[in-house]
Amino acid sequence: MKKILYIPVFLMLLLSWGCNDDEFLNRPPTNILTEEQVWGDEGQVLSVLGNLYNRYYDIGSVKDWPSLSGFNEAFFSNAGSYGDFQNSGWANNSWATWDYGYIREINLFIQKCTAADKLTPAVRDRFLAEAKFLRASYYFELVKRMGGVPLILEPMTYDFSGDPTYLQHPRAKESEIYDFVIKEAEEIKASLPVNVGEKSRVTQAAALAMQVRAALYAGSIAKYGVNTPQVALSGGEVGIPANLATGYYTKALSAAKELISGKAGAYALYTKKPDLSENFASIFYDKANNPEVIFAEDFKLQSGKVHGFTISNQPRYGAEEEEGGRINPSLNLVEAFEKLDNTFAPIPTTNAAGEPIYYNEQTDIFAGRDARLAGTVMLPGTAFKGRTVDIWAGYQLANGSIISGDDRGAQKTLPGKTVPEQVVGFDGPIDGFEFTAQSGFYLRKYLDPVVGSGQRGVQSEMWFVRYRYAEVLLNAAEAAFELGQVADAAKYMNEVRARAGLVTPLTAAQITFDRIVHERRVELAFEGHYLYDMKRWRIAHLIMDGNAISAGEISKDLGKATKRNTQPWALWSYKVYAPGTANNGKWIYKPVKLSRVTGADRFQLGNYYSYIGDDIVNNNPKIVRNPNH
Amino acid sequence: MKTRFHFIPILAIMILFASCEKDNYPAPKSVLSGQIVYNGEPIGVEYNQVRLQLWQPGFGKLAAIDAQVAQDGSYSAMLFNGNYKMVFPKGRGPFKTLEKDATAKDTLFVKLEGNQTVDVEVMPYYMIRTPQFNGGESKVSVALKLEKIIKDVNAKDVERVTLYVNKTEFVSRSTNIATAEIPGGDIKDLNAISLTTNVPALMPTQNYVFARVGVKIKDVEDMVFSPVQKVQL
Repeated sequence: MKKILYIPVFLMLLLSWGCNDDEFLNRPPTNILTEEQVWGDEGQVLSVLGNLYNRYYDIGSVKDWPSLSGFNEAFFSNAGSYGDFQNSGWANNSWATWDYGYIREINLFIQKCTAADKLTPAVRDRFLAEAKFLRASYYFELVKRMGGVPLILEPMTYDFSGDPTYLQHPRAKESEIYDFVIKEAEEIKASLPVNVGEKSRVTQAAALAMQVRAALYAGSIAKYGVNTPQVALSGGEVGIPANLATGYYTKALSAAKELISGKAGAYALYTKKPDLSENFASIFYDKANNPEVIFAEDFKLQSGKVHGFTISNQPRYGAEEEEGGRINPSLNLVEAFEKLDNTFAPIPTTNAAGEPIYYNEQTDIFAGRDARLAGTVMLPGTAFKGRTVDIWAGYQLANGSIISGDDRGAQKTLPGKTVPEQVVGFDGPIDGFEFTAQSGFYLRKYLDPVVGSGQRGVQSEMWFVRYRYAEVLLNAAEAAFELGQVADAAKYMNEVRARAGLVTPLTAAQITFDRIVHERRVELAFEGHYLYDMKRWRIAHLIMDGNAISAGEISKDLGKATKRNTQPWALWSYKVYAPGTANNGKWIYKPVKLSRVTGADRFQLGNYYSYIGDDIVNNNPKIVRNPNH
Repeated sequence: MKTRFHFIPILAIMILFASCEKDNYPAPKSVLSGQIVYNGEPIGVEYNQVRLQLWQPGFGKLAAIDAQVAQDGSYSAMLFNGNYKMVFPKGRGPFKTLEKDATAKDTLFVKLEGNQTVDVEVMPYYMIRTPQFNGGESKVSVALKLEKIIKDVNAKDVERVTLYVNKTEFVSRSTNIATAEIPGGDIKDLNAISLTTNVPALMPTQNYVFARVGVKIKDVEDMVFSPVQKVQL
């Protein structure tokens, strides 16, 4: 027992020895930085800002493949996603966002950065301008999805008094949020650098591009909101009065002109490659001296910031990983690309008498079309990473019957032969067989041609483009058109079209609303613009009206802005097997409605603005609910 | 020492059993059901498109319980007993809601004690009267009358009248195999509207289809529908 007494005595001695040394408790922590350490050092502030950059909200992103597509511009060749084509619309809370935590942290950044006197003024001003850009970007994102929201520009703090009402702010008007975004962009411009080489940090051109887009959106909501009087709130939280349209369009056009004039840097359309389709696809993966990209989210190999978009969507046959092919562009989108003489025409599968047209080469059917088609969509018979995609649905015999298989590259014996041979492509299309080109097409835009980009262990460092010069030109064209300056509208639009091989310029008289809608659809396909464009023009409920698309309808009214787009259609090619006839070995095409497509999308009026969550309304009774919810 | 440790598992089991009784509520078992009616006549809509919202105040945070309206205008919800407020989300349904007074507006107050049936009276823009379906030789035809119910300043025009045909009882804009439509401008007489559509070959074959007529009213999102009718081919 006596021995046990030694232990507490020893412990007390040890403790009292430690307590004597004040330094022991005053050592600086090694795993966190103090406020002074952060705000006194440029590099540390930049890394705080980097965190805010990383939290930028995009509706679509290469980090999440389904987000880039949807709305029947593509079919998802992925068993888990078939449900998207079997329902009849979207939940009220689709696309909702309400991240005031993000806003608070930007506000804190702005507050602390303003007070940081150890930074040089020029550096501090740039940091502040960048943070304000990010805040304006997120408010822009909020207003696009939710309508007017509380405009909070200070970090708010709760005082623990038990009464939180002073923290509850009502929703601002929709127009006020747009005004804020436009004004903020105007004010931060001077503090931002003019540097065409800077893509992942904000430049003067990025601020201008945001200003153009925001003003254009506000203008079109003001102008076209009258078509949907049900989508409005009496307090202006949703909906913009029609008399403000001209003002917004004017602002959009003048900001666009400032960017186009080169004051914010020598941006231009990307025209480095002679093959126009290759050139178009290169905009999204050529990161060396790319004059078109204004602002992008950048990725870097072997740094942890990479993405697997190419893995998800690469052609399956001979792919670097046994997966891919998830986004299959639909025939609806493919047919929207014009012919080179500026006319709209369906993909010619049959002649006037209803007989199939026979093609010598698989790609012949797409000849003479807008070069952006092959730059956006991987067509059957074209190649990716040096390997031709093997897309064909089977053999058609002289009597019209079809021999096909139900596995990739399946083999069967053709009549009159003794040896089995391949009767369907290694890339499909096979109805209901995931990761193959079920619609007859693969996606090309955003696919990285670098070797290894399709491997899970390597992935891709291709950037995601948020603002690019071609969009600014189209925005300028639209704003000019709405202001009645059709000659200017034609000029801007023709620049974009000429790059795509449509060298016959459109005349001023040919610029119509339908033309503008169409041009944005094909130029900006899969870039996250389609939804917002349909919403701000108030045509989403007309395009997606819940009626199924019939076979007779798919190729009609191709250039019409409100052409129905409720179900994705497919285009399948067959090899003709009729030995001894002239057509043997030629190709024919057939439009197909895939069996997994059973629903027809209906965009409800309640989808124009997303549902504001019950928790948000409960916490802040001043929040007015959105219409039709 | 040994005997004392036996208490621990016994105590644990007792606590477990005790908590079973305390933590679990009985499931809701009162059914609130009814139909959307005009003068007692049910109003047909598309399935899963129109919904009623049920609010139960008194428990702090509020969130609506959605009751979807079925094709024949009926709805039902399994609820706890209590007081509920019943309301249509603004702008939904092919009808105008009736305002009782300035304070209650169009909200219905329901006190639920056991199963209860509450019909919701509304004011439709149009009612479909006497739809007569006929089938045969791969064709479905219908003759109907439309009665304009709201005739004052709130009156709205017919955008189009459509006949929908489907293989199953679920017949709507998105699920159909054949349609025929007539634009509102082409309707000369609301009392004599007829539509005919061809029915494509059915796989697997069946000698009957289901049909119903829908009326799209201008500036109103949801359509009003006739009852679903089984038609022999």
